[in-house]
Amino acid sequence: MYKKITDFIQYFGVARLIILGFFLFLCVMAVALNLDFAELFSSSLVRIGMNGVLVLAMLPAISSGIGPNFGVSLGILAGLIGALMAIELRLDGYVAFFGAIGFALPFAALVGLGYGWLLNRVKGSEMMLATFVGFSAVSVMKIAWLILPFNNPEMAWPIGRGVRVTIALDNRQLAQLLNKTLAFEIGNVVIPTGLLAFFLLCCALMWVFMRTKTGVAMRAAGDNPRFATAAGINVDRHRIIGTVVSTILGAIGILVFAQSYGFLQLYEGPMFMPFVAVAAILIGGASIKKASIAHVIIGTFLFQATLVVAMPVANAFTADMASMAEISRIIIQNGIILYALTQTRGE
Amino acid sequence: MVDHYLLQMRGMSKSYYGTQVLKDIELALKPGEIHAIVGENGAGKSTLMNILFGMSVIHSTGGFEGEIVFEGQRVDITSPQQAMGLGIGMVHQEFMLLPNYTITENIKLNREVLKDNLFSRLFGERLKSLDMQVMNADARRALDSLDVGIEEYVKVAGLPVGHMQFVEIAREIDKTQIKLLVFDEPTAMLAESEAVHLLRAMERITQRGIAILFITHRLDEVMEVAENITVLRDGRLVALKRAAETNIYELAELMVGRKVEKLARRTDKAWDDTMALSLRNLVVDMPGEVVKGLDLDVRKGEILGIGGLAGQGKIGIANGVMGLYPCRGTVLVNGAPLPLNNTPASIQHGLAFLSEDRRGVGLLLDSSTELNIVIPAVHNQDKFLRKFGPFSQLDDAAIRDYALKMIRDLDIRCTGPGQIVRRLSGGNQQKVCIARALALNPDVLFVSEPTRGIDVGAKRLVLEMLVRLNEQGMTIVMTSSELAELRSVCDRIAIVSAGKIAGILQPDDSDVNFGLLMAGQKDRQGATSYV
Repeated sequence: MYKKITDFIQYFGVARLIILGFFLFLCVMAVALNLDFAELFSSSLVRIGMNGVLVLAMLPAISSGIGPNFGVSLGILAGLIGALMAIELRLDGYVAFFGAIGFALPFAALVGLGYGWLLNRVKGSEMMLATFVGFSAVSVMKIAWLILPFNNPEMAWPIGRGVRVTIALDNRQLAQLLNKTLAFEIGNVVIPTGLLAFFLLCCALMWVFMRTKTGVAMRAAGDNPRFATAAGINVDRHRIIGTVVSTILGAIGILVFAQSYGFLQLYEGPMFMPFVAVAAILIGGASIKKASIAHVIIGTFLFQATLVVAMPVANAFTADMASMAEISRIIIQNGIILYALTQTRGE
Repeated sequence: MVDHYLLQMRGMSKSYYGTQVLKDIELALKPGEIHAIVGENGAGKSTLMNILFGMSVIHSTGGFEGEIVFEGQRVDITSPQQAMGLGIGMVHQEFMLLPNYTITENIKLNREVLKDNLFSRLFGERLKSLDMQVMNADARRALDSLDVGIEEYVKVAGLPVGHMQFVEIAREIDKTQIKLLVFDEPTAMLAESEAVHLLRAMERITQRGIAILFITHRLDEVMEVAENITVLRDGRLVALKRAAETNIYELAELMVGRKVEKLARRTDKAWDDTMALSLRNLVVDMPGEVVKGLDLDVRKGEILGIGGLAGQGKIGIANGVMGLYPCRGTVLVNGAPLPLNNTPASIQHGLAFLSEDRRGVGLLLDSSTELNIVIPAVHNQDKFLRKFGPFSQLDDAAIRDYALKMIRDLDIRCTGPGQIVRRLSGGNQQKVCIARALALNPDVLFVSEPTRGIDVGAKRLVLEMLVRLNEQGMTIVMTSSELAELRSVCDRIAIVSAGKIAGILQPDDSDVNFGLLMAGQKDRQGATSYV
């Protein structure tokens, strides 16, 4: 019996159990505090949908062997450029959304290529390098946002050059575009059909990709590079493919995120977004060596739902300290990352 | 008489997880004696030394039986520190030196000569400074006693290999209480002239009354310096000989021993001159198994064995041909030149490889059995795929069918094709590797150490399977450290020594010839070459 329990814990993962326990505890607290459960559930669904694609971006990275992509900010920046171009051209609605994706793709692919090349030089310490590549790129782009030739007054500073820190998307009918698509209500719970469908579609496409000849080779390269080499697989090339796919998903992911949020966040905005995505997939049961689509979905759910429920609960206790919710979010988020990274036992 | 012995090991037995690796070994040596221990890889030499040094690997696996008597006292050595305290030193095969320290510093590391200074008087022992003069003088004396002319103040980094070996030895003999030195394959890395120098140094050391245990497989060196020779084979003491009363040939025969059990197979094949594979001047830069300009022909349809001692380069051949380690030279597959350092090309030319490192190279441990079997075929031959224009998807049904067929044909014991291979036993993992190679439908199959880490029953199964494949027309090149298994299945056996083919023998050639070739002896007694 004891063996069965320990086996189950081993299988399910201590980290996942702890977070699941924490989540259930928060739910009980939420009930006890008489919080609006329907609303919490609705916003959980929204947050899962809006973060899901960014978390999915971790999958090809881990599978191809570069580990959790702490540098997915590169993809995010490409996505933001795509969005700015769509706004600059005054595109609306779906055209704007898919146009932004289209504009972002070449940037993401190109940057992914270079980034993948770079990661191949530093095998073994990809995570550290990726983190700082991400930080540097975000900083460089802070300058770029000021000098890139975007002129649409919707996003320019009222005086001087450059684009604003946050840009509202409702002018272009982009805000909550996917969320509202085919949305319906069950009781008081709003189901953001389009948003969830888009996330699941991305997952499905990824599942298909992982089963193509390229996908299989990429998984082998990530799982055991020496095996892959012996099987005639070019490990470096497949690591680059994984990086490119991850970067592209990062670009799409930020667009999904931004449309749901209603704003583009430039400058500091993308700085810490990779950490949220990394934490989610790790808590979903992935390791830095192995991940699956189930890990993406479970992880996004656990992580985002926990944060959604945690904040009002924390607020209820610290009503007079407005910033406590944010602080507890940061503590939870970084605590999860820290814990998950300590669980990465090598073989 | 008993009291005159420096070291006696009596009735030494040791088993790892139920496998007996040493049985009733006796060893005795007197002060000032050079005593050689010879044997093939896996004969038990290292285990015996691990016991002598109280290595934790011995104690964490249930200890050993037998007793060690050192200077007339029964001792119970439980740690290397204790062995050193008794005056037992070791000259390692791999150099354990700090490259950025000087020779003196390396020799004196952790045994520094200290002197007082202001701070040490105030704050105590730990702040004493080093007395470099005394230390340099000690180092000089140790080096001089070995007759080595290198300066004690140069850094170790950049020294020739031979000199590093002498620094190691100098460090051991500088320990004033040293009574017994173990030399573990000390000449393996040395050039001939350096080796000669080293043997002279060993003799000089014994003049100070220090005894030497000399572990080696170079029989000529043994004959030159050793007084007594212990021969081990398969963990047993085969013979204790006085050097004056034996010769290289007898030692070679004792070392290899007759232990061949021939698997039933037809032996009267008529060979034509079609070569499945020709290697010319092959150089493979595989660390620890360097191949240095080797020529070898593999006849179509044969099982060619490649034997030899560890580190001589036999493992490097297959790894080089498959493009896993940098290689130069000419490789002809069925007469056509093979592009080197290009694994996909090797696979396209009909070569397949079962690596000696099954868990490291051979398997995706956390992936399913069926995926392990099909990946190279999927990647290199577009098998098991359904095509949709430029897109492809794994063909689950085809994969499942093939995996089930292999599980049936090769008798792979698993819960199903979906079981991850980490959970399989060593023998079954090896069968998965064979199934994977078969999925490529190769003409030539390289297998390296096919039975390493597999229990006895499974060993036989794997070997029989190779014979069966061969009978179906596959050419097999089998590299193994176990001469017995090569002799049981191969048509011819090439022995590799110092990165080249020392000679090619028939499986039923005499033990003497195998032993001599493995020991790198060139003057073979009545040996026939079948190149």
